[in-house]
Amino acid sequence: MSASETRRNLLEKVMKENGHQQSALLEILHKAQEIYGYLGKELLTDISQSLNLPPSTVYGVATFYSLFKLTEPGEHIVTGCLGTACYVKGVEEIMRGIESEFKVKRGETTHDKKLSLFVTRCIGACAMAPNIVVDEEVISKATKEVVLGKIRVALGGLKVESV
Amino acid sequence: MNLSDIQSIAEQEVDFQRGFTHRINVCCSSGCVPLGAFEVLKAFQDAVKEFGVEKECKVAKTGCFGTCSVGPAVIVDTAGRTRPSLYENVTREKVRKIVQDHIVLGLPVKEMLYKNAVTFKKQHRLVLRNAGRIDPSRIQDYIALGGYSAIVKCLATMTPQGAIYEVSASRLRGRGGAGFSTGQKWGLVARAHGSPKYIVANLDEGDPGVFANRTLAEADPHAIIEGMLIAGYATGASKGYLYIRSEYPLAIQTLQKAITQARAISLLGNSVLETPFKFDIELRFGAGAFVAGEETAILASVEGRRAMPRPRPPYPANSGLWGKPTLIQNVETLANIPQIVLNGGSWFAKIGTKRCTGTKCFSLTGKINNPGLIEVPMGITLREVVFDIGGGIPDGRKFKAVLVGGPSGGCLPETLLDLPIDYDSLTKAGAIMGSGGIVVIDDTDCMVDTSKFFTDFCMDESCGKCTPCRAGLARVKEIYDGITSGNSRLEDIGILEKTGSYIREASLCGLGQTAPNPVLTTLRYFKDEYLEHIQQKTCRAGKCFRKEEVSE
Repeated sequence: MSASETRRNLLEKVMKENGHQQSALLEILHKAQEIYGYLGKELLTDISQSLNLPPSTVYGVATFYSLFKLTEPGEHIVTGCLGTACYVKGVEEIMRGIESEFKVKRGETTHDKKLSLFVTRCIGACAMAPNIVVDEEVISKATKEVVLGKIRVALGGLKVESV
Repeated sequence: MNLSDIQSIAEQEVDFQRGFTHRINVCCSSGCVPLGAFEVLKAFQDAVKEFGVEKECKVAKTGCFGTCSVGPAVIVDTAGRTRPSLYENVTREKVRKIVQDHIVLGLPVKEMLYKNAVTFKKQHRLVLRNAGRIDPSRIQDYIALGGYSAIVKCLATMTPQGAIYEVSASRLRGRGGAGFSTGQKWGLVARAHGSPKYIVANLDEGDPGVFANRTLAEADPHAIIEGMLIAGYATGASKGYLYIRSEYPLAIQTLQKAITQARAISLLGNSVLETPFKFDIELRFGAGAFVAGEETAILASVEGRRAMPRPRPPYPANSGLWGKPTLIQNVETLANIPQIVLNGGSWFAKIGTKRCTGTKCFSLTGKINNPGLIEVPMGITLREVVFDIGGGIPDGRKFKAVLVGGPSGGCLPETLLDLPIDYDSLTKAGAIMGSGGIVVIDDTDCMVDTSKFFTDFCMDESCGKCTPCRAGLARVKEIYDGITSGNSRLEDIGILEKTGSYIREASLCGLGQTAPNPVLTTLRYFKDEYLEHIQQKTCRAGKCFRKEEVSE
């Protein structure tokens, strides 16, 4: 079975588990994003047909919630927590550091598709603020040096010389 | 499983636990995990074997004790000792020493113990009574401490009206922020016409800087489930939706497991504990929208639509999910319910103050020595929370303000530190209880910049349905951009005040109605900082008037 067929089958399984209920749209979008990495236009159209919903409704929901990604993210994902506690504890300095070293703005992906920088509004680890998530790893009580180091390692150490 | 089986599970489990002299509770919640909690857990499991004490030691994976700043945290509870020992900053290396000295020799390792035990003195743990004491992945742990005996009591001896009576007598008010009477709400749903009826448990906790509900779900998920069951029994609902934000993967996993376990012993299903009462729970996931915590928006989101609020009436009690009567409660409110049923409403009403009974969980963060999660009786003062429990401001800095109630709360100055914490006093001062966030700000922070940050957050999270919130907040943000970049006039202060009060008065939902709170409170209590920015173009904290550092 090809990769795209496997993914297609996985999605169909999710639809079935949720009984093709229109009210399960959010759950289905979550799973679809897990399977495909992001919610492309074709995928959203597919989902709308399966659930018998207008594509505009599905697109509307996908764009309303900030966790849904409509474009393909980079190979590595860095997410800065911009919650109150992290802000007060200086996460902004770290974000600026990442932006300037890796030439990427928040919400965007580098040209080589290696790194995406996102922000979130609180992961609930406020007592250990500031928090930055590099791929799956939460870095608590983060400092600029530690975070930049982690990202350099994630990217294969390629950026080390350029610092 | 029937009603008496819960009692036998409890007895069996208590017997089983008595077999251990020591219980080692390792906090494995979202706070301690990034700091290495799982390595510590593994190290304890290995060490008790190495020292040959595994028969007398139960090593358990538990939820949060609230001391998140000194994680990984571990509690050693020894039979016969009055007080358990709390170890801070535990590492793999420290584990052997703790097992050798404390368990084998019976001598707690003093230098590794938590230093700020005074933190707990002023707390009153009701909602968090089991947090850190039970393994949330074992339903037996919860049952052994009296869990699910409240729903058994309801089904065996109480009518739905009787349960509502106790909740009314407790004078419990909704912990989601607005503080509406819980008993009254239950009565409205119980009397409403329409079938089926629904319960929606709100665990959206979108306020940045707040993690009380997450901690509760990770530490004691069954308390939420039992609260939902009792609410269902009292109001006549047969289906519950637990709406949780997807930023909390560990809480989701914990709740999923708890629901499966409850179903397995027929605490959920078509015939709860072999009685005619039918109730089941389904999880629903948010996807990053602050407004989804608003009560009509959460309904839209559970139905799979955009989380946009709608005008009330009709109230959800009469027309909620799919037009049916729906009870919406925050999970902290629900976790109070089993205790109220077991001990009676009048017992609960004695805790806290006359108008605000019970306790409240607060996430204490920002510039403070002991950040973490606390639970205090209503009516405690902000000063006690910040200085006694929180241990004051670190690095010898000076206290400047405390932000109460999340991004749409208010910034209160030092002169208001003796304010008692309850719904009414906070509202009078311009703040809100919100979902219980307390962020401490010191003299290195700029109040104008802080207020701009919150405005930016609320503007971003505004759903855009009503004009005052959508357009008003954008206008306020523009003025802030001007003030913090040197492009402002003195009149801006008046415009901010006026726009802020318009947004507050004219917005459709709670988000817009409270979004100007930081603006209005900083203008009220810290006007000198605004004047400094506008007239002298300086920022005493050095946060504003910065050139953009990012180059293309």
